Parts: sequence; structure tokens; C-alpha cells
Amino acid sequence: MTITENKPSKIIGTRLLRREDPPLLTGEAKFTNDLNIPGALHLSVLRSPYAHAKIKSIDVSAALKIAGVVAVYTGKDLQTSWAAPMPCAWAVTTDMKNPAHYPLAIDKVCYVGDGVAAVLATNETASRDALDAIDVQYEPLKAVVDLEDSLSDKNVIHSDLGTNKSYTWPLLVEETPGCVEQAFKKAKYKIKERYVQQRLIPMAMEPRAIVAVPQPFGGDITLYSSTQIPHILKVMSAITLGIPEHQVRVVAPSVGGGFGSKLNVYAEELLCMALARKHNAPVRWVEERSENSQATIQGRGQIQHVELAADENGKITAVRVRIIGDMGAYLQLVTPGVPILGAFLYAGVYDIPKAYDFSCTSVFTNLTPTDAYRGAGRPEATYAIEMGIEALAREMKIDSFELRKRNYIKKEQFPYTAFSGLTYDSGDHLLAAEKAAKMTDLAGVRAQQKKQNVAGATKLLGVGMSSYFEMCGLAPSRVLASLNYSAGGWESATVRVLPTNKVQVITGTSPHGQGHETSWAMIAAEKLGVAPEDVDVLHSDTAISPLGLDTYGSRSLAVGGIAIALACDKVIEKAKLIAAHQLECASEDLQFENGTFSVKGSPDRALPLAAIAFGAFTAHNLPDGCEPNLEAQVSYDPPNFSWPFGTHMCVVEVDTETGAVEILKYIAVDDCGNQINPLIVEGQVHGGVVQGIAQALFEEAVYDMDGNLKTTTLAEYLVPAACDVPAITTAHTVTPSPTNQLGVKGIGEAGTIGAAPTVITAIIDALSSLGVKTMAMPASPQTVWKTINEATSGGKQ
Amino acid sequence: MIPAAFDYKRASSAAEAISLVSEFGSDAKFLAGGHSLLPLMKLRLAQPSMLIDIGRVKDLSYIKDVGDHIAIGALTRHMDVETSKVLLEHAPLLSHAAGHVGDAQVRHRGTIGGSIAHADPASDLPATTLALGATYVVQGPKGKREIAAANFYKGFLESDLAADEMLIEIRVPKMQGAGWSFQKFNRRAQDWAIVGVAAWRRKGEAGVALVNMGSTPILATSVSNAIAKGASISDAAAMASNEADPQNDLNASTVYRKHLASVLVRRALEAASK
Repeated sequence: MTITENKPSKIIGTRLLRREDPPLLTGEAKFTNDLNIPGALHLSVLRSPYAHAKIKSIDVSAALKIAGVVAVYTGKDLQTSWAAPMPCAWAVTTDMKNPAHYPLAIDKVCYVGDGVAAVLATNETASRDALDAIDVQYEPLKAVVDLEDSLSDKNVIHSDLGTNKSYTWPLLVEETPGCVEQAFKKAKYKIKERYVQQRLIPMAMEPRAIVAVPQPFGGDITLYSSTQIPHILKVMSAITLGIPEHQVRVVAPSVGGGFGSKLNVYAEELLCMALARKHNAPVRWVEERSENSQATIQGRGQIQHVELAADENGKITAVRVRIIGDMGAYLQLVTPGVPILGAFLYAGVYDIPKAYDFSCTSVFTNLTPTDAYRGAGRPEATYAIEMGIEALAREMKIDSFELRKRNYIKKEQFPYTAFSGLTYDSGDHLLAAEKAAKMTDLAGVRAQQKKQNVAGATKLLGVGMSSYFEMCGLAPSRVLASLNYSAGGWESATVRVLPTNKVQVITGTSPHGQGHETSWAMIAAEKLGVAPEDVDVLHSDTAISPLGLDTYGSRSLAVGGIAIALACDKVIEKAKLIAAHQLECASEDLQFENGTFSVKGSPDRALPLAAIAFGAFTAHNLPDGCEPNLEAQVSYDPPNFSWPFGTHMCVVEVDTETGAVEILKYIAVDDCGNQINPLIVEGQVHGGVVQGIAQALFEEAVYDMDGNLKTTTLAEYLVPAACDVPAITTAHTVTPSPTNQLGVKGIGEAGTIGAAPTVITAIIDALSSLGVKTMAMPASPQTVWKTINEATSGGKQ
Repeated sequence: MIPAAFDYKRASSAAEAISLVSEFGSDAKFLAGGHSLLPLMKLRLAQPSMLIDIGRVKDLSYIKDVGDHIAIGALTRHMDVETSKVLLEHAPLLSHAAGHVGDAQVRHRGTIGGSIAHADPASDLPATTLALGATYVVQGPKGKREIAAANFYKGFLESDLAADEMLIEIRVPKMQGAGWSFQKFNRRAQDWAIVGVAAWRRKGEAGVALVNMGSTPILATSVSNAIAKGASISDAAAMASNEADPQNDLNASTVYRKHLASVLVRRALEAASK
């Protein structure tokens, strides 16, 4: 498929202010916990203080005596409430081990934060007080915290599985059998590196919140939840509770961020629903921040072993990767799939032969379950290959940008069939990288570096870069099938032109900060020739938008946005038949411009869409066989992923006395194809870059040896604020995707993917004269200081 | 984030506040700006049964020039300390340090008296007033008494204040044109210092206090003594941790903290000597 028409856009590409912002900024927007539901009971969950322990006994009698407490349930009490364990939708291998996981632990807890008992009370204070009054006797067991320790199976967490290993997922692509090994034998240069992707806490600004409201009769139930996935949640909660799917309605009110953490089916959602049905009363729950740190999924959590082989020119000849993935205590919705989403990207943006040997072994630990977090597998992969390129450049004693240039997939090679068989739709890596270098004044910075980084200097300058691909726009359903994912990757849209020429767009995407209402209105307005303010965008309510696969993986525009464009095309096609009938001409003779059909060559013979919309409604004068009303529904399955790309560069100054890192300049050149709204694109890049910088410099979920989280509040878990990050300069190249009619790609995760390696490579560059070759994340001042000391003293301190 | 149940009384004068706290005993807590106490209560790490709100006590928010020192009412907000013309002229180190407390919202609610009475070694103002040789005035059932800052801090979140006493005034000697520097080292602008240094210097005299280098704010007397004896700044700074006993935490080991203290004391004295 190619881009059908290249008409100049009037609306698409403009910096329209977000229609979402006034209600958000004035407090008018309603989040789940703002919903006033009379008669609701409040749920509180007692959580395990042990990472690994047997539950010996639970005494709830004192809690039941507290005024306002209605009921207290243990895991055993609710055992018969579940028709199935909590869902994992991604069995990545047929022999994957998946422990049964219920909303409340039954006889054993497996992480600090695991639910042990549920309190229902008439008010929040009573339910919170009751938690302190429940007496649980535990028999603590040895906690498995370390990934390599877990792999040894010295302490098995889920004894029925017999092992801590969940799965091993290999991706071996060889032109000829054994060619990877041969490439490493023949290689003029090779590197072997180990990187750790620390666990991150997604920390959406709005913690999770839920209200389950049973209908007064008939057994229907409405679940309001701060979720990214109302549609998936509807199916999965119906299955888990054993309720007919059509009796469940899920609504996501305003949602204050997710970053993947709300791409899940959580214990508390199921508890609220089960208890609302049991008590025939609404049940609500809102998460405390320190609960959010422990009971909402965490991201990353990998150990990566990366090897590159290269010939005498530095051309990469083989890639070998071994990953240990940290699943945490249980498999949540897509936990096992996260490393697999990165599996195809360990060659990054580079042209390599079919000599790729990837394998990921994922293990259970007594820690909070991991799952998708902004980028999900792809930031990890990009970090590994970009750090690997830097290591290879050091090995070859050449400039790493020069090494990248020798390996980039060239513009003329697109569409490019990769070693994996995936097709990269379009790209121009060199163009983006050179633009970034120019904006950074790379030559000038290098000259300054020579002057500044002299012996004895304590403020050292460094430049870092990373070039990335973001495999996104999840996803062609057939590809998902080949990866054993239990759903498709299509998206649905309905476009309806009302009798007064106002337009309703109903989307299956579920925005939680991305500005879909603005962007989708722009697409429909451009296509139909109406004003954006005349387009209403409806979403995030399964009663209004029954079909959809929700928002994650930078899929919403590249899949959901295209579905809207296609539905608009269908509407226009039908309107054209009506116009031809009323203008008494052949529909081929009509053109549609600025919202008006006119006969080619006779512009006075014309009918505006408004007239046709009204005519379709009255149905007084329609062609034979034409149904009344102007409405079309489309389910669009993308033919390919979309492949945004770009290069980020930054300049840092490292204070070698304290280890403090200051980012002096950050340049992000991203290419997401055509942009619907550049303002929103910039916002996505800014937010993404800050989250990547956060991984590089600030954030880490720190656990002690007993599996206790030490960073439960925002005082210890260092989410950077605006004053802690540099000004970010964004720029773009525009390489439209040839696989969809708008030429668009995703942008939601690009910043996060590009930023972490950019910052870390800059720090290493600054400290290279001191012999520093590695830097753990987060590069806190103490970590930087220690690394300098180790390098300069030639050993560990 | 729901505190345990508590009762609440509002005092309209210092005398009323003291009489209330005498009545309710050690389970009562004063509430001023609430920026130390309320987070602890929300986490249920503090569960006072009675809060005595002194936020509307009149006449405790002031900054006055009283000759050789500046008198600051205990309920003066950080923002007022930061921007006071009197303090900017006579105790600029204190104004500057107040500008580093938390973020703008915190500085508009939090009070200098609350910060000092809480006696958190990681807070900026206890160490800064210590470096400046401040005197604290407290009032109890038997009347007022003065406590030198150097004798006030007794342990982690512990001070010389009795349960029925209230801090009412902070007296800061005029700096008489001394050079000064406040070094706050942290990972995010709004955080507590990993290590902080408040320092002033006037010819052969210097005062240096350390933030977050032990269970109390620390007066680095070895450094001041060394400067008085004519030691170089870097030699004096090497003694930065002589009086300190820093802890290990997520941000810094003991060794790293001591190293940071030397670097920051050196930088502070260099800046104060310019």
C-alpha cells in the first residue's frame, strides 16, 4: 500500500491546542476517585510485609469490631469467587511456567505487597484502621531477590512448578548453521558486555482507583477503573469472575497517566467486582502512593549479556545476546512478553547479516511482578546495542559516530527486510544523526572537550549519542499469533455524521494523557472537511465503544488513527453515492473537497456534506438500496509495525569530586513520519526523554536482601521534576511510513528509548580519560564517584 | 494516606498553646506549617492523639532588627525568611539557605520554628542557625528561657525542648559583613541535602555547620579552630567530618558522605573567602 493522495493538509500538521487541557487544568476533569457514588463501600487491602512466607493463621475478629467495618475476607474465604486465576495473556512458549495467581494470596505470600485480606467498610478511615487490627501469623521463608540466585533454583518460590525458571525463548537466525559462532571466531574485533536494567516504578501521577457498581437488577456490573485497557479488562474480568461478558461494562474516566502500569488486570479490580456482587453495593478502592510502589507492576528488571563481532572495518558480523528477565512473583497480563518485544531489536538500526543469536530466560523472584513500562523491552534492547557500539568503538579506537555510520541501514535499503524477517518500513538514520550532530555542534563540543578535559580537571565534558528504532504500532495480528499472544492487534473506529453535520468519532483506543481527542478530531476534520470543534471523540467506555484493543505500545495513531481515516473514507464513499443520486451524475464524476461534493468541471453543481448528512437522516431521497444515516465502522489490522527512529545526543559535565552529572544540552531528533499535531509530538518526546533520563540518573526500585522495597515514597524514589532535567531541544526529520494512508508512525515511547543510552554514553565519554568504560544505572553521584575511584585506583574500593 | 484519628484544638496565643499542651501531655503535638508532621502522620509513623494548631497564633511571625541580632518569630514562613530585607542585609546566609528548603509550596507553608523544633539533621535551617551561633527562645508553663543552638540538638529528631515548651523566637547574630556560602548537595532540587554546608568567614574566624552528617546538625568546630590557627582552607576542610557521625542510606555511604563533606566545606570556605 502506498500513500494514496498527497493533498496539502489544512488541519493535520497544525499545532492545535489540546482540547483535553482546560478541564484537566481547571480541575473539571473527573478521575475515578472523583466519582461520587452514593452508598459505596470502601475496600482496603492488607498486604504482606514479607517477601516470602507461609500464612499460618489470620485473625480478623478485632477488625470486625471496628465501627463501620462491614466485612473482612481472606484469600481462603474468596477462593470460590474466582472462575479462573488472574490472567496472563502471553504464554510466550508452550512450556512456559505460570503459577496460579489469585487476587488474595491463599496460603503463601510471594512478595511484599501481596494481598492477604480485604476489608470492606462504610468509610475509608474505618477500612484503613481495620488493616492494623488484623492479626496474621506468618512463617517467613528465604526470599529470592537476585536473578542469578533465582536461576540456581536453590530456593524455589512456587514449589508446584519445581523451578524458578518461567521460560527460555530463543531467536536464532543463521544464514548457515553455526555461522554465528564462526563469525565470532573470524571477527577482527569483538566485545562482550554485561548490563543491568534496574527495576523502575512507573509512578503514574494518578495512582490506581476503582469503583465497581452493580446494577440494581439483572446482574449487570459497571467497573470504573483508572485503566489503559477498558476493552481487554472487560473480557478478562468476565472470564476471571465467571460473568457473561455482555453483563460487564468498563469505563475509564479521566486517567492520569499509565506508562504501561495500567495495561493490566489487577487484583483490586477483581476484588471490587466480586465484593460488589456479593454485597450488592458499589465497592470502591483507591491506591495509596506507597501501595502503588509495591502492588502496581514495575518495569525493566533484566540482566543483559551482549556480544558483538565485527570485521576489520567495524562492520558488525554477528550479534549474540543472553538475557535474564525478572518476572517478579507472578505473571501479570503481559509480563513474559516484555523481553520478547525487545528481542528483535538487539541489532538496533544496523545492517547485519543473518547471524543473530538471542535467548531470554525469565525467572521468578520474590519481588513485585514486572510488566510493560514505557518502551517495554525496546529501551532495554536499544540500551544494550548502543552501549555495545560504544564498547566496540573503544575496542577499535575509533569515534563511535563513525562506527555507527559504517553500520547504519542505508536510506536506499528501505523497505528493509531484517535478519529476523521483519520489514522496516522506512528510515534515514544518517540524516537524523547528522542533524543531531549539527544541532549539538559536535565538532565544537569535541574542541571544547580537548581544552577542558586536561589532567587534573575536575569538571569533565562528555558527549553521548544513541540511534534507535522503535518497533511500535502493535501490531499485525498474524505476527502476534506467531509470538503466541492471545489477542490481535487491530483497532476499531466508528465515524458517524449526525443530521446537523456534527461528527462523532468512536474509537477503541483509550487515552490517558496522549491527547487522542484532539488528534482524532483533527484526522476526521481533515478527511471530512469539517472544523475540528465539530468533531466529538468518544472513547474509554465499552458501552459506547464496544470494540477496541486500547492504548499501549505506541499503537493508537498508527493503528487506531488509521482506522478512523478509513472509516471516514467509507463515510465519504457512501455520501458520494447519495450526492451522485441527488446531483444526477455518476459518482466517478464527483470530487470531494473542503467538505463539498461537486461535479468535476461544473463547480456550481455541488452539495455540501451537511446537506447529504441531513438527507441521509430524512431518507427522503436516497438511491435504491441505500440505507439511511451516514455512519461507518472499520476494524483495521495493520500490515506491519511502524518503525519510528531517530538519534539523540547530549552534552554532560561531570564533577569528578562529587560525582554529580549535569546535562548541559539535550538534542532529540525523532522521525515519526507525518505528524498530526507537532505540539503533541513534542510533548510526547519531552515526557519520554525525561523518563529515559530518569532511568539513567535518578530512578531505581531498591530492594534489600529480604525483598523489602526501600523506595516506597516519592522522597526515596527519585522521579525528577522540571528543575532537575535540562531544556530539551527537539527536532524532526520526516520519513512517512509507506504502510498507512496518513504516513504516520508512533511517538509515545521514542523519547524513553533514546534517552537512557544517550546520557550514559555521555558520562562514560566524559570520564574516558580516567579509564572509565562502564557506568551502572542510575548513575547517581555516589555511583559515578565510586566508578571513577575504581577506574583510577585500578580496582574495586 | 489516611492518618489515625486525632483530636484538634486551635490556640490563639503562645500561652494558650502551652496550657493546652500541658493539659494533653506527650500525646499532643504542635501543628504549625505541617510540612514535617503531616507526612509522618499520613504514613502513620506519627500518631499523636491531639494536634494543637498554632498556625494562627498572632505575633509570632516577624523579623526584627534588635541591635546586635535579628529576632525571628517562630511562625515566620521560609519564604519570608528568604526574602526579608533585614535578613538579606544582616544574615544573608540564613535567607539564602531558606530559599533552598523544599520547593516553593513548602516554603510558603513551612515555618522556621517548625523546622528547628523538629530537629531534623537533614533540614537546612537547624544547621544554618547553628553555624550562625543563633539562640532559640522557648516558652513553657514557667516562662521563657534561652537556649544556645549549640546546646539545643540532642539526638535524631530530639531537642532540648520539653514536652510542654514551645519555640517562640530565633535570634541570629548579625553577620557584620562576613563572607558566607551555603552548599546543598542533593539529587533533586526539592530534596533534603545528602550533605549540606553552611559556612561564614571573617578573616581568621569561621563558622561551619553540616547538614545530614549525623543524628543532629553538626558544628564543625575542628574546621573553625583550624582556620583560627591559620590553616589553609583545604587542610581545614579535610577535618570536616571530625565531629560528624554520618549514616549510610540509599544516597550515600558513610565514606562518601565524609568525602562530600570535605569537598563541600572546602568549596564553601573558598566562596566565603572571596
